[in-house]
Amino acid sequence: MIELQQLCKRYGGPKGGQGVVALDGLSLQVPAGCLYGLLGPNGAGKTTTLRILCTLLAPDSGRVRVGGVDALADPRAVRRLLGYVAQEVAIDKILTGRELLQLQGDLYHLPSLERNQRIGELIELLGMADWIDRRCGGYSGGMRRRLDLAAGLLHRPQVLVLDEPTVGLDIESRAAIWGVLRQLRDGGTTVLLSSHYLEEVDALADHLAIIEAGKVIAAGAPSALKGALGGDRVTLRVREFSDADEAARVQGILQSCAGVRQVVVNQAQGYSLNLVIEHDGVIEQLRRQLAEADLPVFALAQSRPSLDDVYLQATGRTLMDAELAVAGSRDPKAERKASM
Amino acid sequence: MTTTLPAPPPVRDPVPGSPPEASAWAEISQETFALTRRLFVQLQRRPSTLVAGVLQPLIWLVLFGALFAKAPAGLLPGGTSYGRFLGAGVIVFTAFSAALNAGLPVMFDREFGFLNRLLVAPLRSRSSIVFASVLYITSLSLVQSLAIMGTAALLGYGWPGAAGLLLVLVTLLLLVFAVTALSLGLAFALPGHIELIAVIFVANLPLLFASTALAPLSFMPAWLGWLAALNPLTFAIEPIRAAYAGQVSLTAVVLEAPYGQLSSATCLGVLALLAAGLFLLIRPLLDRKLT
Repeated sequence: MIELQQLCKRYGGPKGGQGVVALDGLSLQVPAGCLYGLLGPNGAGKTTTLRILCTLLAPDSGRVRVGGVDALADPRAVRRLLGYVAQEVAIDKILTGRELLQLQGDLYHLPSLERNQRIGELIELLGMADWIDRRCGGYSGGMRRRLDLAAGLLHRPQVLVLDEPTVGLDIESRAAIWGVLRQLRDGGTTVLLSSHYLEEVDALADHLAIIEAGKVIAAGAPSALKGALGGDRVTLRVREFSDADEAARVQGILQSCAGVRQVVVNQAQGYSLNLVIEHDGVIEQLRRQLAEADLPVFALAQSRPSLDDVYLQATGRTLMDAELAVAGSRDPKAERKASM
Repeated sequence: MTTTLPAPPPVRDPVPGSPPEASAWAEISQETFALTRRLFVQLQRRPSTLVAGVLQPLIWLVLFGALFAKAPAGLLPGGTSYGRFLGAGVIVFTAFSAALNAGLPVMFDREFGFLNRLLVAPLRSRSSIVFASVLYITSLSLVQSLAIMGTAALLGYGWPGAAGLLLVLVTLLLLVFAVTALSLGLAFALPGHIELIAVIFVANLPLLFASTALAPLSFMPAWLGWLAALNPLTFAIEPIRAAYAGQVSLTAVVLEAPYGQLSSATCLGVLALLAAGLFLLIRPLLDRKLT
């Protein structure tokens, strides 16, 4: 449904030096009717990608197709297919929510009867009845986001694009939005959302792409990506608080077991040991080996690989570290200007 | 890196939301009226703009009229009183200022991200944004003009009559169209509201003083006379002034410009050309993707 090919985009023109590279040959394919997550740290190029997709921004090079239509050649046809929910919710404080939706409906050329009926449906769907006729200026963050989602859905777009739809929201609003997105996907709408919350993408997305430094570095279904990593994650503590010597000794024993990979001592968690095992049988063997060495087992936790592990594997660092690193290298002024 | 995914499920049938294209006229008027309605709702809930907009020209009229009240009789061509002379200038300048400021709300929409809502929508034409502002400002200017004309009549400066009112309407519409187009073009092209305000500030008063709003051409040194005779404001002021003087004839000469005589028809023609020219000039700015 959405095809992005080799998108490149640089902010801050050649005048002031090289500028900042936002997209560096990003390619992405989103199948129709799926809920697709773009995961990446802040500054990875998610917003730029979505803005180019929504015809707000022209890429320096590359191709954009939505539903087979070239967005650069026929932006208006693409705009008709898309609903866009931006990251910074832009509302007119003076208008009521209903007036804003009416305006939006007219901009998408809905006949007024259909428009008003559709607004009624969305008010119900998103639980906005109590406040839709109040002025937007007094809305909370969650109300604004819901109104913005309603505005994006008004013309029943085939593709809904959301930029960080739940950032800064309370749990209730987040759950409400997740529910609506799932419902839309089940109804056949293609949903593309960006997020820097692992759990959000993990919980929602049928497919995801991990973006870093303007490129897709891994893509697929979350389960497939996690499955491809292989092995289970095990956290082991022989005592509630071990010391370095004992941890080193345990590490030696574990490393000698067949089917154990990557034994790491986690000093920050009281010298617990993190390891990857190839199959469940290894656990029994571990317990036996430790018993033979006369070591107790205080705690042993086993888990499937998480999306965080996928991220770590693909980028060599955790999402949180990546965010800290990227934060310093952006040009907010150029981005702000481009977003106007 | 190109991503690989399972084959996409078949694309759905077109949804009911994408009917065959309606007529361009229907779509553009729907967009325009929706955007105009927003401007009027804003005005209704924030009426201070309207109050100030009506009061300010009245203050102009009263103060400037008083300033030159003791001008010797017969100073102005045709022996008109200064107050009667001034009315047309204040009407035109008020409409001009409002139109020149039309870009400001658009610029703020741009800065707050609201404009993106308009830009991601499949507008049949982004000219609808211009049309909405023109409709809004012309209506506003008419209210202001009526207040000015009413006050002028009370002050004993006369009343232009029915044909005159029609002429005022047409003239203001043309001027507002031209200047609004220019202002919106600037709102799309300039980096931010600071720059836009700077341009408005620089353009506003000089264009007033270099026109025939406050004094006739015969009072001006030659160079200023040339400027005033080329100033679009003058082309709007003179037909209205002539209407005030009781002559609503399109062919009568209303201005003895250094380069020749101008009739009302010529003045209106020039304004229409200017409006069309500026409208075409800013079109690419509206359609430009903001890169």
